[in-house]
Amino acid sequence: MTDLLDLTAAQAADRIRAGDLDPRELFEHYRSRAAADELNAFTWVADQAPSAPGDGRPLAGVPVAVKDLFCTQGVPSQAASKILEDYRPPYTATVVRNLAEAGAPLLAKTNQDEFAMGSSNENSAYGPVLNPWDRRRVPGGSSGGSAAAVAAGSAPWAIGTDTGGSIRQPAALCGVVGLKPTYGACSRYGMIAFASSLDQAGPLTRDVTDAALLLAHMVGRDRHDSTSVEFPGGIEAPRAERLDGIRLGVPEELTGSEGGVEPGVREQFDATLRRAEELGATIEPCRLPHAPHALSAYYLIAPAEASANLARFDGVRYGLRLGGEADLVSMYEQTRGRGFGPEVKRRIMLGTYALSSGYYDAYYGTAQKVRTKISEDFAAAFEQFDLLVTPTSPWTAFELGSKTDDPLAMYLNDFCTVPMSLAGIPAISIPCGLSQGLPVGFQLAGPAFSEARLLDAAFALERAIAFDGSTARV
Amino acid sequence: MLDRAQVLHVARLARLELTDPEIEQMAAELSKVLEHFEKIGELDLEGVPPTSHVVEVTDTLRPDEPEASLPAEVVLASAPEPLEGGFGVPSPGQPEE
Repeated sequence: MTDLLDLTAAQAADRIRAGDLDPRELFEHYRSRAAADELNAFTWVADQAPSAPGDGRPLAGVPVAVKDLFCTQGVPSQAASKILEDYRPPYTATVVRNLAEAGAPLLAKTNQDEFAMGSSNENSAYGPVLNPWDRRRVPGGSSGGSAAAVAAGSAPWAIGTDTGGSIRQPAALCGVVGLKPTYGACSRYGMIAFASSLDQAGPLTRDVTDAALLLAHMVGRDRHDSTSVEFPGGIEAPRAERLDGIRLGVPEELTGSEGGVEPGVREQFDATLRRAEELGATIEPCRLPHAPHALSAYYLIAPAEASANLARFDGVRYGLRLGGEADLVSMYEQTRGRGFGPEVKRRIMLGTYALSSGYYDAYYGTAQKVRTKISEDFAAAFEQFDLLVTPTSPWTAFELGSKTDDPLAMYLNDFCTVPMSLAGIPAISIPCGLSQGLPVGFQLAGPAFSEARLLDAAFALERAIAFDGSTARV
Repeated sequence: MLDRAQVLHVARLARLELTDPEIEQMAAELSKVLEHFEKIGELDLEGVPPTSHVVEVTDTLRPDEPEASLPAEVVLASAPEPLEGGFGVPSPGQPEE
């Protein structure tokens, strides 16, 4: 069985195609590992292999773990919230359906921060996920269950969503690869919405090749999401071995002391820059003058959109209802007041306030203008550079409970990831080494729809770094 | 700075019932967070257009052709109180002032 665990998802697919591996055996291998998971990474695990295993199709039957907030027909889809406890949707999200049609059946649903609001997975109504590298520490969030499951080898690969870093940051803290695609690349249909102008689905995988393979079968225009687009060009398996001629920019604002980048993280980041140079890349500092304000803009825009999106949870059409014996407004207030967790309520309050009469221009309006400036900063930087690189997270996995009392400190987790989200551009995090035994993530970002270039560069770096994630797979 | 009355006003707008300790906590936390965010007000953003959507998308309308929707009984299966083919809700009660 350890043999199967050593295979990446793409390698497992190759073996199935070659007739050397039965997809049902692979499914059962991971199903039993997921069922025995001790990290609280899952909110639901399949009880049996699907009748049609999926071999003969591009993903060959290699099963996928899916973040709880993706609607999956007949399967609990709760966004890790009490307000949606045991909600079983009547339809399946487009990306999950795309993957199933490409031959990746549903293995499990993964734990997350409630409605994807959080950076530590401590905001789940179903308990925190533990980091497989050190169980006293958080896996990051909000796609913490997906990251932990892949790192621990209880899923071959997984998908998550990224609004301000929710794929990249947990990928970094768990030592796996996480990619946030260009906004619009993947359909948002059936993703329980957090912030509609920012939310994007993406892969969390063991390596860059797996990320490319999974992403290739997620993207595409969907008639159910008018913001989705046909992905220009294809997404092929990355092959680059060198970075000759690639100009990497290092934004001073995101790599200096302002974001509180830990010394151990900075050390691994610098070592990775040297490797990139050895592979032929040129490295120069660059400026994103408005990036330090991205966090403030993000934490006004995202909660504002969330306050509108989460209005639908009102005890009428699905989910929890409390106070049904009272009048209608009391029922709304009791259902929402007790059904949402503390961070979700905080963000609904923040967003409602930012949109309320008399404050709209000062908060939401200003944040949207900052968003314009951030997009312009990136556009200017990409005139000189092919890709920009930063640490994914200013620090490595922190101890459970160590930041829960200070919302602002928790929000700083996203310092290096929110600028790309606001600009809608793609970014990937790859593990680049360890700091005191904990994984460090290296983030590469490129212009809109430059996923192929990003994946190629990440692939070349990944080979040079040769990160060993096997110690987390016990 | 948000005081108790403002927190209650916003909670009412958001249809959220908050307990007394939650009101206190919310006032303190939101004040701290907003104070931090107010730094963006120092930027010179005169004449800068707002961005609400980052990817250029045009002609998103699909042909207006009728198609089957989910059967009512399937949709109502998730409802807390299905009632005569619709969603049952408590009485709206007295109109708000």
